[in-house]
Amino acid sequence: MPRTGRIARRTFLVGSALVGGGLAFGIWRYLTPGPNPLKAGLKAGQAALTPYVLIAPGGITVIAPRAAMGQGAQSALALLLAEEMDLDWDRVAVAHGPPSATYYNGAVLAEGLPFAPTDRSTQAELAREAGDVLAKFLGLQITGGSSSIPDGFDKMRRAGAAARAVMLQAAAARSGQPLEALRTGASAVILPGGGRIPYTALIAEAAGIDPPADPPLKPRGDWRLIGREVPRKGMVARSTGTELYGIDMVLPGMAYATVRRAPQLGAGVDRIDMTRARAARGVRKVVEIPGGFAVIADNTWRAFQAADLVEVTWAPAAYPATTEAMFAEVAGSFTADRRDSRFTDVGDVDAMLRQDVPGEARGKEGGGQEGAVQQGELIAAEYRAPYLAHAPMEPMNATAWLKDGHLTIWAGCQVPLYAASAAAKAAGVPPEAVTLHVLPMGGSFGRRLEDDFIAQAAQVARAVPGVPVKMTWSREEDMTHDFCRPLGMARGRGRVARGKVVAMDLAIAAPSTTASQMGRLGLPSVGPDTAIVAGAWDQPFAIPARRVTGYRVPEMAPVSSWRSVGASLNGFFHEGVMAELIHAAGADPLAERLRLVDDDASRRVLEAVGELSAWGRADLPKGWGRGLAFTLSFGVPVAEVVDVEATAAGIALRRVYIAANLGVVVDPRNVEAQMTGGAIWGLGHAMGAEITFDGGAIEQGNFDSYPFLRINQCPVFHTRALEMGDRVHGIGEPCVPPAAPALAAAIFAATGKRLRQMPFSKEVDFA
Amino acid sequence: MRLIVNGTTHEVDAEDRMPLLWVLRDILGLHGTKYGCGIAQCGACTVWLGGEAVRSCQTALGDVDQPVTTIEGLGAPGALHAVQQAWVTHQVAQCGYCQSGQIMQAAALLAATPAPTDSEIDDAMQGNLCRCGTYPRIRAAIHAAAAKLKEG
Ligand code: FES
Ligand code: FES
Repeated sequence: MPRTGRIARRTFLVGSALVGGGLAFGIWRYLTPGPNPLKAGLKAGQAALTPYVLIAPGGITVIAPRAAMGQGAQSALALLLAEEMDLDWDRVAVAHGPPSATYYNGAVLAEGLPFAPTDRSTQAELAREAGDVLAKFLGLQITGGSSSIPDGFDKMRRAGAAARAVMLQAAAARSGQPLEALRTGASAVILPGGGRIPYTALIAEAAGIDPPADPPLKPRGDWRLIGREVPRKGMVARSTGTELYGIDMVLPGMAYATVRRAPQLGAGVDRIDMTRARAARGVRKVVEIPGGFAVIADNTWRAFQAADLVEVTWAPAAYPATTEAMFAEVAGSFTADRRDSRFTDVGDVDAMLRQDVPGEARGKEGGGQEGAVQQGELIAAEYRAPYLAHAPMEPMNATAWLKDGHLTIWAGCQVPLYAASAAAKAAGVPPEAVTLHVLPMGGSFGRRLEDDFIAQAAQVARAVPGVPVKMTWSREEDMTHDFCRPLGMARGRGRVARGKVVAMDLAIAAPSTTASQMGRLGLPSVGPDTAIVAGAWDQPFAIPARRVTGYRVPEMAPVSSWRSVGASLNGFFHEGVMAELIHAAGADPLAERLRLVDDDASRRVLEAVGELSAWGRADLPKGWGRGLAFTLSFGVPVAEVVDVEATAAGIALRRVYIAANLGVVVDPRNVEAQMTGGAIWGLGHAMGAEITFDGGAIEQGNFDSYPFLRINQCPVFHTRALEMGDRVHGIGEPCVPPAAPALAAAIFAATGKRLRQMPFSKEVDFA
Repeated sequence: MRLIVNGTTHEVDAEDRMPLLWVLRDILGLHGTKYGCGIAQCGACTVWLGGEAVRSCQTALGDVDQPVTTIEGLGAPGALHAVQQAWVTHQVAQCGYCQSGQIMQAAALLAATPAPTDSEIDDAMQGNLCRCGTYPRIRAAIHAAAAKLKEG
């Protein structure tokens, strides 16, 4: 891949550079369809009707070229294609397919644009199209940003319709019937007399037919799979222990490895003695790799054991050594020279916050944790969010085999083309000498947007040429070598008057995930990072005076995308301050948001959560509290209501109501699973999780010190997915951001305690 | 060392202190049992020792004195156990990585408590972590499996 191709999501050249005139550079390529990557691997008797449909005598496989990490995108993408091709869903197989630039993701860059999702201006729409062009130009095959469905909604349906057209033509040639007389259904062409020719019997004829470029799509009324309760693929395998995850890979003669790297992230080895480890039972080799060492043994446990026998001292970290020092850096970043963005600046905020208020009484801006209501009308508060680890249930792993100059890798991965090129470099082979097989993942939450562990497996394979080797991290290695969700702080001020919120000024300081990701690719990041303020600057509330300013904190520990990215902090910051303002105004949290909201879908979502939760009508038992929060992220407005009970054992989460607008609900049962799963992700981390540093190393190594919500803490959920507007959105992330602030508001309602820092367990106990 | 797993007897040459989890996965090639934490915090490695659900990451090979049942021994794609069937019907799994452990724990619960209440489910299942947040459907699937098992 060319160097310019190694560019991460969310880098925001697109906005300015591309719209400003760079559009032309890729246009010729944009108009040319990508080559069909399935053609190279075709076996006798198979046909690849499009890059997305592989047809063999034994059955039809839909290529859904996005990572399977639990979010259900593969199944939903396949469903879209099956709808148009009229496939028999029960007999469709789904595969990730080979990594290829043809499978670029044209929607992933949109979230990083400095245009709010509600902005439908020509300029915003042009920038979105430019994002699609750029993604294609770069061959950006990537899974993330809740973009699989927005990207695939038309693409997969068109591929299905094109494949169906090929089948019809093939059947016309075979049967001598006119095209117009033919219909399709259940993976077959249906002849006028009712006779059927299964698609799988048309392979020979189909091979010579070019699929149409722009086939017509079914009208919505004809859908029989989209929006219906169809079974998601992979359920039997995942309920019988027969799904093959990366960690389950086995090859004949395979060795088992583990690695340890400096706990001071990015640092290296000072001194190392591998003698004892080399003598341990089953150990084949102990070698240094960049930043640490690898143990290669005859099983994983022996590799883990031997790794403990290596005596090593590590070099110090290049960033502040403690969480305290890191937060001090954040607190010191609200300065003019670190200002990164001010996408929202409406009305005269300064005047609104100054009016009639003498100097000292303007609130404790820059002050400690305690916010205070000043003069009944003005508030100021400071919010904090910690670093967080992804910690998917399946620890990082990859299997690599370097044989006769060719490197083959099996791994879970969200960025297969980058990972393959990183692995090539690590193994010292040219990029074309790498084959990467992308396997299902035991969760990811953004972790596998990084390719560090894949490059490492290649380094390990280099130590044992000719031998396939599976490298597995211990949970401790995984948690202490994450690229965390950044920490951050916000300072919010605002004014209320006559029972209304009239001004809000939010300043947010956080390290830039984009810059950190780009830095690892050796590239500068251009322009402001929308992730620093995402979920805050773009909220659809017409507060007369409002301003959101982003400040860029230096990188410190490396950071990356974590389920819902910037909105995971900013949803809490924005809605926390909003809740305080509404409280100060003495207004109702739902009514005041409904008064301020200036986007139709967002209004409907707020109304829907009100209906669902019987807002204002529900008689809550004594000791209970109810909280509401709303965040628009990834184009999806989401409102959540949380009910808690203050019990003797602590706060118990009782009920959660969620409403969201997706435009089109492709797979309703999976949408419900992602809505509840996303909220649980947000709640579980807000309750008790944080990553802290001491001596430059992450202090949490496992689920005992990095707790997550468990079934006995899990509330009952009620969800509603709306279908408004003309655009389809993904749901893997958007339900995360409003969960924490809704919980904080509920705890405030139940106890009077205002929570301004995560995790909440610092200040309240949970049952 | 002799080990009976899913009704098959194996001779295993490994350290007594090697965790059963790794014996199953790396020596016997039974990959349905998962590694999540290695310290009894997540339940992904849950198997049965006799009829009891245990964490195989904390069970030393030398202490295995009863037959072992893993997810592969509970049921298979063509022949699902009632709990697995309920898991499929209720579409519990997201990534699925924790689900072998969840299912083994749930099946042990139902064997001991045929009609568990929500709070009995919570008590029995709280050692099984799911980062994807599938808990609401786990509850529903356990109730459904209980009803099914009662019908016979
Ligand atoms: S791996 Fe055994 S409990 Fe987590
Ligand atoms: S389904 Fe992914 S961890 Fe439970």
